[in-house]
Amino acid sequence: MTHTAQIHPTFEAWRSKARELLRHGVAPENVDWVDASQTASLLAEEPSAYQTAPNSAVKVPADFLRLAANVCAHTDERRFAILYRLLHRLTLGGEKHLLGMPSDRDMHPCNAWAKAVSRDIHKMHAFVRFRLVGVNEQNGREQFVAWFEPEYRITRLAAPFFEKRFASMDWSILTPDECVSWDGEKLTFIPGMSRHDAPAADAHDDLWRTYYRSIFNPARLKVQAMQSEMPMKYWKNLPEAEIIHDLIASSETRVRTMIATPERPVKPVPNNAYLRTLRQRQES
Amino acid sequence: MGLTRKLEILADAAKYDASCASSGAARKDSRDGKGIGSTGGMGICHSYTPDGRCVSLLKVLLTNACLYDCHYCINRRSSNVQRARFTPEEVVQLTLDFYKRNYIEGLFLSSGIVRSADHTMEQVIEVARQLREVHHFRGYIHLKTIPEASQALIDKAGRYADRISINIELPSQQSLDRLAPEKNLTNTKQAMHGIRQRIDESVEAKKAARQIVNRPRVKAPPFATGQSTQMIVGADDSSDALVLHRADELYRDVRLRRVYYSGFSPIPEPSVLLPIKPPPLVREHRLYQADWLLRFYGFDVGELLPKEEPNLDLDLDPKLAWALRNRAVFPVDINRAPQELLWRIPGLGTVNVARILAARRWSRLTLADLQRMRVNLKKVMPFILAADHRPRIALLESTNLRQHFLPGPRQLELNFNAPPPTTPADAAMALSGQI
Ligand code: SF4
Repeated sequence: MTHTAQIHPTFEAWRSKARELLRHGVAPENVDWVDASQTASLLAEEPSAYQTAPNSAVKVPADFLRLAANVCAHTDERRFAILYRLLHRLTLGGEKHLLGMPSDRDMHPCNAWAKAVSRDIHKMHAFVRFRLVGVNEQNGREQFVAWFEPEYRITRLAAPFFEKRFASMDWSILTPDECVSWDGEKLTFIPGMSRHDAPAADAHDDLWRTYYRSIFNPARLKVQAMQSEMPMKYWKNLPEAEIIHDLIASSETRVRTMIATPERPVKPVPNNAYLRTLRQRQES
Repeated sequence: MGLTRKLEILADAAKYDASCASSGAARKDSRDGKGIGSTGGMGICHSYTPDGRCVSLLKVLLTNACLYDCHYCINRRSSNVQRARFTPEEVVQLTLDFYKRNYIEGLFLSSGIVRSADHTMEQVIEVARQLREVHHFRGYIHLKTIPEASQALIDKAGRYADRISINIELPSQQSLDRLAPEKNLTNTKQAMHGIRQRIDESVEAKKAARQIVNRPRVKAPPFATGQSTQMIVGADDSSDALVLHRADELYRDVRLRRVYYSGFSPIPEPSVLLPIKPPPLVREHRLYQADWLLRFYGFDVGELLPKEEPNLDLDLDPKLAWALRNRAVFPVDINRAPQELLWRIPGLGTVNVARILAARRWSRLTLADLQRMRVNLKKVMPFILAADHRPRIALLESTNLRQHFLPGPRQLELNFNAPPPTTPADAAMALSGQI
């Protein structure tokens, strides 16, 4: 018989449902995974009628759980079913070595999804830009807010990094899907918000753009290399991206000016005590 | 002079230093609620400029006034560039403000040499001291040190920094004499040895501290976890062999984390002693690839650059060029060959080699398996045996094999645009099998 597993699209929900199914020995081809956030009407959750009595808990390798946490954050609708099949094969199926077989038909998509998700997490760590909104009057802590649009549902996976790094400030990161705040004590997760709920700019953005403009070397233009690491989809939330076009457009003239500049002659060595000792040291 | 103008001048003055790594620091964070920041593991590139370089650190000079006259440098005393100077407090504040907004991983501070090497070092150290001791900053700090500074000051810099570096600049004293007359190769190497000793001592002290179980642990004094250097390529006529032999010597003798190769590029305020035309950017890229082969793939400099060919082939990556000179080694059976031999197959990186070693324990690998690992089949096929593949021996022996790999004009441009692996992300890319 077929079981409908209707879950909220989170790792926690998938894990507890998968545990339940596995304990009853349900075969992967008999499960229909449904994303509850995608269905218009929530199906009334009917108690599953399992054909076998529950087994005691099955042991799952920790590496698998790490993989599954990332895979669940992806948005491909096949992910829950394939993950369950992988889990079933690993445990009841006795294929213990699956995790070491990257070219396996189930491992391969899971690895690819997990990789896409971890890249997205990495980009979130890199491209979130906090904006100062005020200072907490009671305890003097600075308060920052950021707006970010990740590709996958990664807010929970990305948050611990910010906690470690910015523990001494109050901060919130708003995303369309789920938001997270830190108050010095704990992380709080709330539903997604819109970009209008976040401040549009920070007083330091100008200084940051000045730095970005000055550190760029127009003599080494490599636009493709930049875009492969910082795809354009992120640009709209990066304050420095505003000036990229100007920098590219003006670089050729800047280089031509450099090359056309008359060469500077070598000035005579100044009369300086330190330089004298340096020369003496080298001569001896 | 306003802060914005200073930042403009002093960031511009710092941009010719290629290093921007922020990886490999000791793990630290600010969950104790004191101070700010964290390091550990891979550094993060918070942005990329249109030159393809990673922006990871606030990279500035404390001042661009300088007593030295290094001809490849915009800050040399003979240049007419406008001079500026930050106060230590200004740099500290900028670092904290940028850090809190998640623009950067930390600070990379360097300085032109004013008054004397020791005086300059003291100023640089003061910035790091304030960040660490006054503001409990736990982000990344990279300090550039001056080889002529006293050992005591270099030690002090190392206590505040995650990384310290001294630029070797050019691979021989002869070249230095001509282009950087105040710099001395022997001094530089001596200073690097001094730093290496301190790093080693600190590693030992940490080990010892871990072994104390019963008594309250004495924390080992912190010290930078690594040192690196930079060599400028194309400003003198040194061959790639000379450059890589020098790099290899430094990797061995003073255990550098990284050597950065910086292709000389035109600067405002050019010097009469310099070539007008910069070297092709692809030369720098090839040097990075060769460097990678030395450090992670078990190659020797002599294998990559035999005496009769002291310069790298600009059209082919150095591993492929080596394979074409050593065809007798191939084909290599991917289902049997040991790791060291798999590393030598053009188109296979260390990551894919590890995957192959893991996967072949359970089944014999075919081309389809390689394809799933995203191996470039066209590149590896002439060199390997797989369960369902043997190369045409005629091709492996043919004189046209080089032709077979020569990039078309379009591809050459792609190579040209590939970023040099100077950043964590690039490094990961290079590891994943570009070579
Ligand atoms: S010491 Fe040489 S390289 Fe360093 S700032 Fe002065 S002139 Fe430039």
